Amino acid sequence: MKKQPPSTQRPARTRSGVPIKPLYGPDDVRSVPPPPGEFPFTRGIHPSMYLGKPWTMRQYAGFGTPEETNERFKYLLGEGQTGLSLALDLPTQLGLDADDPDAEGEVGRVGVSICSLRDMETVFGGIPLGEVSTSMTINATAGVLLAMYEAVARAQGVPSERISGTVQNDLLKEFGSRGAWLFPIEPSLRLCVDVVQDCVEHLPRFNPISIASHYRDAGATPAEEMAYTLCAGVEYVERCLARGMDVDAFGKRLSFFFYTYTNFFEEVAKYRAGRRIWARLMRDRFGARSPQAQMLRAACVCGGHSFTRAEPLNNIARSTIEAFAVTCAGLQSVFTAAFDEAFAIPTELSARTALRVQQILAQETEVAKTADPLGGSYFVEALTDEMEAAISKVMGEVEAQGGMAKALEKNWVQQRIARRAYEWQRAVETGEQPIVGVNVHRREGEGEQEPKLQPPSREAEERKVALLKALRRERSAGAVDRALSGIRRAAEGKDNLMPRFRDAVAAYATVGEIAGALEDAWGLYHPPTRF
Amino acid sequence: MASAFPPSPTQRRIRVLVAKPGLDGHDRGAKVIAAALRDAGMEVVYTGLRTHVASIASAAIQEDVDVIGLSILSGAHESICRRLMQELDARDADIPVVVGGIIPRSDWPRLKELGVRAVFGPESPLEDVVACVAALARGEEWRPERETQVPVPPQSAHHGAA
Repeated sequence: MKKQPPSTQRPARTRSGVPIKPLYGPDDVRSVPPPPGEFPFTRGIHPSMYLGKPWTMRQYAGFGTPEETNERFKYLLGEGQTGLSLALDLPTQLGLDADDPDAEGEVGRVGVSICSLRDMETVFGGIPLGEVSTSMTINATAGVLLAMYEAVARAQGVPSERISGTVQNDLLKEFGSRGAWLFPIEPSLRLCVDVVQDCVEHLPRFNPISIASHYRDAGATPAEEMAYTLCAGVEYVERCLARGMDVDAFGKRLSFFFYTYTNFFEEVAKYRAGRRIWARLMRDRFGARSPQAQMLRAACVCGGHSFTRAEPLNNIARSTIEAFAVTCAGLQSVFTAAFDEAFAIPTELSARTALRVQQILAQETEVAKTADPLGGSYFVEALTDEMEAAISKVMGEVEAQGGMAKALEKNWVQQRIARRAYEWQRAVETGEQPIVGVNVHRREGEGEQEPKLQPPSREAEERKVALLKALRRERSAGAVDRALSGIRRAAEGKDNLMPRFRDAVAAYATVGEIAGALEDAWGLYHPPTRF
Repeated sequence: MASAFPPSPTQRRIRVLVAKPGLDGHDRGAKVIAAALRDAGMEVVYTGLRTHVASIASAAIQEDVDVIGLSILSGAHESICRRLMQELDARDADIPVVVGGIIPRSDWPRLKELGVRAVFGPESPLEDVVACVAALARGEEWRPERETQVPVPPQSAHHGAA
């Protein structure tokens, strides 16, 4: 099949549909935004940006058994990584123990399996939790995993006030795109806000939520990605306020997580526009006075759907462009995916090379030596304004649906994302959207890499199940029952669930048992089937 | 693509069940395939996420579909396909099953042994998937034009990231 070269006749557009002019000049810049560190933080949230605090290099890792993950963590720390990021398997994310029939074949596959505090003790054995920060990609069971992490730290002599890191704890994007929901939307949001509230009160250095943009990887355009994510943020802020929480106290604890692809300038503009919109929302709509509560602090992943299985080494170039965009845009934490991540669990070599991309940016380029290096670029400033308009338009559409939770309940967001994914796929297949190595500059006869999946280690799964059985024999059944009843009661009422999770975890209740107690009170979510 | 496979007026429209079994929640690929089949004039029933294999089997019978399409990215394809085939056998249902997702080529023969009629990857063009489903629905075997690894790899429609 012959591919058409991309048309050179039509005006160029960004992926969000913003027209790109052949040349930009002073007339395209409405006004140069205030310096970094000043409202509305278009140019960055700190005056000195990376000169004051370099971005955190945080690579997502975790697979197989708790022992294997512990080993990989120690390796990455030894190689100079500055924060840990824990990948959990699907059963753990969905509140299923390793011996649950629904977990068959999925234990330890896309992340590590954590059933009880015992597994968490192994994962972080010998890693000083007072010194590293840990990000956990966990949502429906975030509060439970956080309580476990806290317990491991306490056993190391590190008090709760000193542990730092992030739990993702954003259920809205699970309904919208990522799919790891458990309970219906309303109780899910209540659980999220319980964790936020508890962290604000008890864990001053822990980010209780990372409002995430998986909408993008599911198909949304960059403007839609930012819009849906900020609308989710608005939903959480409103719910915290409804509990009587102080916007200045919780506002500075909200963090965000985005996807970055190779559309370099649009990505830079997306982040600058997003910061500006969020700052205005927090100040003008929600009355936040503290600058910290107005700042959009964000982490990001470079890779995701932009990576190809064809000619996988090209993905190193992609992640370099993406990470360069992110650091030019002044984000706080970066994850560069390994080049083989589109088809395999990364090897030590590919994981190290991914980290090196960031180290080269930080130490060989000038990006960390001056704040907002692209500030004042005619194109970037104009595009920032255009992206602000595009993002605001989508946000208005979500608001018209009644806000993010309502728009998700109606399946509105999901259907729109699916439509975009289909449009994208068609554009790739017609050649309208060029992807090097895939539909342009493709080497005939060169297939894409074979996926290399984590072998379905039945042995590891069986060992896990045996350990779980032993745990159930050794622990005090009475203490577990009492803790689980406490969870059921709190779930039926209004008390914050975090103290109940701490009790249950300390009694070595399992993730599956705790999720089961919540399910008794709330039931499960039924996903929409319209597409 | 839609014009290539117009529903014949004398025939009922092809009915397909697109299902997402297992725990993985990345349904971008499943929905893209569902949209492509619908654009080709087929009636598509989507099960939504995390459907148990028993529910897939009963939905396929209840909806009287011609083909079942499974989207699996988690790596649990062998166990899922084995269990689905058992469920279909137990109901005496002979409905062709195709699988798409992240499936290593070395696992294809095993899936074929289990009775899976075709396997697609992220690189498979949508028109091949549509042609395959149409052929199977007509009771024909699907013979890909491209015997070797399907050569046109559009960017991964299926992807499991953080």
